[in-house]
Amino acid sequence: MKKEVKNEKAKKYGMVIDLDKCTGCGACMVACMSENNVPFKEDESNKLDSIAWMRVYKLTNGKPFPEADICYLPRPCMHCEGHNGHAPCVSVCPATATDYNHETGIVSQIYTRCFGCRYCMVACPYHARYFNWWDPVWPEGMEKYLNPDVSPRMRGVVEKCSFCFHRYQTAMNKAYVEGRRKLEEDEYQTSCAQACPADAITFGDLNDPAHAVHQIAKPDLKHGGRSSNPNAFRLLERLGTNPKVYYLSSREWVRRAGDNYLKKDKTVKKLH
Amino acid sequence: MDSALMSRGVKRCPTWQFILWLCLFGGVLLWGVYAILLIWLKGLNQTNMNDNYGFALWIWADLGVIALGGGAFFTGFLKYVVGKDDLKNIINYAVIIGFICYSSALLILAIDVGQPLRSWFIFWHANVHSMLTEVAFCLSCYFAVLTIEFIPLILENRQIDKVPFFHNLSHNMHKVMAVFAATGAFLSFFHQGSLGGTPSVLFGRPFSYREGLLIWPWTFFLFTWSAAAYGPCFTLFVTRITEKVTKKKLVKQNTIDLLAKISGWMIATYIIAKIIDTWYWATVTAPSKGFAFMDFYSNNPLYGIWILVLEIVVCGIVPAIILLTPKGRNNSVALFIAVTLGCIGVLLNRWVMVLQVVAMPVMTFDKWVMYIPSWQEVATTILPVAYGIIVLMITYRYLPIFPQEQELNPNP
Ligand code: SF4
Ligand code: SF4
Repeated sequence: MKKEVKNEKAKKYGMVIDLDKCTGCGACMVACMSENNVPFKEDESNKLDSIAWMRVYKLTNGKPFPEADICYLPRPCMHCEGHNGHAPCVSVCPATATDYNHETGIVSQIYTRCFGCRYCMVACPYHARYFNWWDPVWPEGMEKYLNPDVSPRMRGVVEKCSFCFHRYQTAMNKAYVEGRRKLEEDEYQTSCAQACPADAITFGDLNDPAHAVHQIAKPDLKHGGRSSNPNAFRLLERLGTNPKVYYLSSREWVRRAGDNYLKKDKTVKKLH
Repeated sequence: MDSALMSRGVKRCPTWQFILWLCLFGGVLLWGVYAILLIWLKGLNQTNMNDNYGFALWIWADLGVIALGGGAFFTGFLKYVVGKDDLKNIINYAVIIGFICYSSALLILAIDVGQPLRSWFIFWHANVHSMLTEVAFCLSCYFAVLTIEFIPLILENRQIDKVPFFHNLSHNMHKVMAVFAATGAFLSFFHQGSLGGTPSVLFGRPFSYREGLLIWPWTFFLFTWSAAAYGPCFTLFVTRITEKVTKKKLVKQNTIDLLAKISGWMIATYIIAKIIDTWYWATVTAPSKGFAFMDFYSNNPLYGIWILVLEIVVCGIVPAIILLTPKGRNNSVALFIAVTLGCIGVLLNRWVMVLQVVAMPVMTFDKWVMYIPSWQEVATTILPVAYGIIVLMITYRYLPIFPQEQELNPNP
């Protein structure tokens, strides 16, 4: 007998990255590259034309010893919601090759529709979008290790972090077969979140009070999703991009590095 | 040898000389074609663009030639819609220059995309929210209008005109030209505007982001305005160079004077609007995003405050003053300096609105990134210049472009 399947309320998948825990080991970057068949070049030293959906930045407070401090900041695509789904990159794509999914909050990228105008790359202030300057070439034998759930991309199109959307699809397929529409928190996790040895990355549905991301980020929906957690911030929040990746840090200089402030301005957290 | 193709009563250089120059510019053109083939076959890795510079030299060239080509729509608008009949003596040339500019822009766009064979997706899967969609639609339509405006000119060639069908066709097309000129002005308003909107809707890029009216950022209007202001400068610039090269006066001074004066008024009003826009952006928009005005002009080897001074004062206020004073307009050297500065000014504006936007860091831990184009990018950007010169050479030689040429240069 067919089971009654109830429609679920829209999800808003997001991430919380604890910068006090991140050691900068780069496991998330490696996990992401292999999970998503991200192509690489023989010489990856030029970071301006190599692809890394997840990139770990090194931040410093610029002070001399003994106050010198550093922080590693992993940067996936922020899956910005902008205003009502108008993410900076989504609204500009002339061919609707990137889209904001209102059911999941995930910003997709349709590789076979993208014609490579790169307007979206210019629109994204996080450098989260990468262009395939070359056709992917895998070292001999490596094509056997590619993930069959993710299509490799061809030269001339843009790609970016998808929050491992194929994992969401697989989990949803399984749930449908079992007559469910709701996923458990651990049924859909991104590859980077699982790979992080320091457990710095938490992933889940920001709309679901039972999920850890909701509990940590405490998004204030009346204020464009701004976190009510005093240690949490989002990158470039003041631009109105409305990202779904939250960062945690107990250090004021790190939180301040997350956005631009005039000298006289206080850090957002202090302002509100 | 080819004199049968030329209009009666005009003098042209000997055929060998013409062919020699044709070969010279043809060589430059072929160099560009070679670069295009490399890019199409091997991909955009032939350029020095990178993930920071998704838009670079080509997009600047696109915006630049479209602004310079603005002389066509604005002169057409003034002649056919406003009724400035004197401009009939320069409108043909303005149309040809516009045609060259717009065809070059389309060619550059075809090289610039990563998957050129999918370019039609922009029409098929059009996203109505994207400024580029608006650009693509209006640009293609306007190019069609320009072609229609160009055809009767070609039909006026002495030999083609002998065929009664073509003669009548050209005559009838001339009669309805006002409709096309008005359509062209309308379409130009939108694509020049949406090109202005292209960088300014990017709310993730505080350097170019602007507030505006309804869905249009202020630069939407500023770009249209500046194209109408500086486009005629380019028409006058090319006309002057043509006169120098051919050693002939081709357009009477009263026509030049009229267009220069209108351009002067347009530049003056545009510059006032631009100053207000810059002021508001520097004191309200940018600080609200956490940026101080000087953040945009420091900590990098190239983009200093000088660029704003050059654009607004040297290439804006100065040409406006020259073009607005009768003395300035009547002095051929001053006039030439003014229109040259005007062209540089609009090109500079398009440069900062494309390249400075992407050069500048937005995240606090990012850095300014500079870029030098590869030879393939340079060759393909010079190509339109060579192509333009060749088209001008051929049309000047075989078509009656300048109605006053015979009168101004009576044959001995
Ligand atoms: S981070 Fe960049 S690519 Fe990702 S949704 Fe935001 S603007 Fe788009
Ligand atoms: S590069 Fe592709 S995804 Fe990006 S704006 Fe252009 S067509 Fe859209």
